[in-house]
Amino acid sequence: MTSSSMLRSGRGASERSARTERASLLGPGLLYVTAFMAVPVLLVLSYVVFQRGRFGGIVYEFTLDNFSRALAETYRVVLVDSVIIAGAATLLALVIGYPVAYAIAQLPDRWRTIALVLVVIPFWTNFLVRTYAWIVLLSSEGVVNRSLISLGVIDDPLTMLYTRGAVVVGLLYAYLPLMILPLYASITRLDPELREAATNLGASRLRTFRDITWPLTLPGAITGCIFVFVPSLGNFVIPELLGGGKTVMIGNVVRDQFLKARDWPFGATLALFLIVVLVLLFALQSVLSRRYSTGGPR
Amino acid sequence: MKTLARSGRRALAGAASVVLALSVAACGGGSDDETSADELDANADLSQQSIVVSNWADYMPADIADTFTAETGAGMEVTTHATNEEIMAKLTAGADSGIDVAFVSGPFAQALAEQGLVEPIHADLVPNLENLYPEAQELSYDEGNEYSVPYAWGTTGICYREDLVDAAPTSWNDLLEPAPQYEGKVTMMATDRWLMLPAQKALGFSANTTDEAEMEQVKDKLIAAKKTLLAYDDTTFYERLISGEAVMVEAWDGWCNYGTAEDPNIKFTVPEEGSDLWADTMVILKSSENKEAAHAFINYVLEPETHAWAAENILYNVPNEPAMELVPGEMKDQYPPLSLTPAELLEGEPLVDLGEAATTYTQMTTEITSSK
Repeated sequence: MTSSSMLRSGRGASERSARTERASLLGPGLLYVTAFMAVPVLLVLSYVVFQRGRFGGIVYEFTLDNFSRALAETYRVVLVDSVIIAGAATLLALVIGYPVAYAIAQLPDRWRTIALVLVVIPFWTNFLVRTYAWIVLLSSEGVVNRSLISLGVIDDPLTMLYTRGAVVVGLLYAYLPLMILPLYASITRLDPELREAATNLGASRLRTFRDITWPLTLPGAITGCIFVFVPSLGNFVIPELLGGGKTVMIGNVVRDQFLKARDWPFGATLALFLIVVLVLLFALQSVLSRRYSTGGPR
Repeated sequence: MKTLARSGRRALAGAASVVLALSVAACGGGSDDETSADELDANADLSQQSIVVSNWADYMPADIADTFTAETGAGMEVTTHATNEEIMAKLTAGADSGIDVAFVSGPFAQALAEQGLVEPIHADLVPNLENLYPEAQELSYDEGNEYSVPYAWGTTGICYREDLVDAAPTSWNDLLEPAPQYEGKVTMMATDRWLMLPAQKALGFSANTTDEAEMEQVKDKLIAAKKTLLAYDDTTFYERLISGEAVMVEAWDGWCNYGTAEDPNIKFTVPEEGSDLWADTMVILKSSENKEAAHAFINYVLEPETHAWAAENILYNVPNEPAMELVPGEMKDQYPPLSLTPAELLEGEPLVDLGEAATTYTQMTTEITSSK
């Protein structure tokens, strides 16, 4: 509040003071995000128009080569592949996560908390440890194969590890809680009377779900899908460990440009492509959310 | 922004330094000046100097900083890097890295030297250079050890489970085109140079080839080989042999020994088409302000007892004759690669820096590993 604004009276002043208060509340957070996120990211992205030095490093000579290189078939194939794999993990997470979230929402209060904690617990364990656990489960000499062989179900071990399927399963497992939580939130916000009304009007359970529950929980589903899809698309640890390096995702390629090829400008270009894809996704999400959440309880 | 990178500002807090590292203009591009040697004082008071040595984790004795200080009076601090690429990024970023001595592989030492970032080795300050095998003084990435001193050397071959294969592999093609019963039980490395090596050698090419037609053939051969692979594995291939998931893997000689230590059925062979010769070296940075202590450190590493530690603990050959003589005979019996003679190692082709072709290798690596 400046002294000059104190002299003014009426609505303008209070609006201004509200604005000042908002700004002062937002200030620290904005400063933090700008200094530690936006500036470094923008710096790295600014490299896209420069060249790689012969031994790494960056030569500040303008070029558009990185873009034409990024459009090479090699990387198109990898990007499409990444979208397919991340998409499969997302779809499976939705199919598995929805019933789970629905079931948790039906529980009495005390059990709800316990169930939610159980969903989140894996997040408290180191990511690498959890991924290695899958290796122990899936390998040809692993728990699953040995059990099946000793039960006489199979004679030779199944090839499960180091396949695309293993990558999808790994991503699904890693990010499933991120699907369940927003779904749970939107399901609990559902007004039960709406479903009752539908039932009273003679709708079958399936029809009630299709016409009432699903549309009203769609924003939660979309949020969950974004939460799973985005980190899946950029992940490079799981493809490496569970895919045995034979499934290459765009995250692996970006990582290799920075850490192996010492080609920062090109790595930044590929990362920029990825960011564009994700920004488009978020735009789609906000459009869909607005369309479906009008009229529903907020 | 460059003023931020002045030396003497090394104690920046972690987070701040990350931001700084990104904002400090990285002057890429090598300078073409002739590397000129500083005047060094052979009688400098080492207790007034302190060095920072960057090495791979567990690659030298854990207490080396203390024993080095006890021996010479110079202070020493160890930092680690996971890969050549990581340390290269630090050393070529244009800012003062604060590192005096770095351990890098041969081609990377060559690249640093070409950029004028390393100090020539002052042989008069490193009397222990005489411990090196003559063969270790003529490695093609740095003939005459002008700017680097080899620390460990070895070759790449096939590491296999003798009890799980009908016959010992003799050719790179045994790995690239395995017999039907071994399909899905073979691994190769994913790092570009070593991914290419088996196919380059099987086709009779150089491990340093930059010929496009040759590389196309190499690529096709490796794309075909991918279909029979269990995985690309640079780090845990010997564990796959121990568990029996794999019967044959591409491996560095020293790393095959890690498998042999657990299971004596695990053997190593260099295929008949030949292989590479890799060397990990020590370089002194031009930016170092403690060059006398840095030379003293290299000299200390070349002491037979210090250098033998590497052979006995990392199970790599070291290019130091008296050090290799200290390695117990039973150890050499248990780990045959430790008995490879310098002459046998020199049959391998030394890997050299690829220059501009490195980008092609990287893109091909992606093409191969992402092929269906």
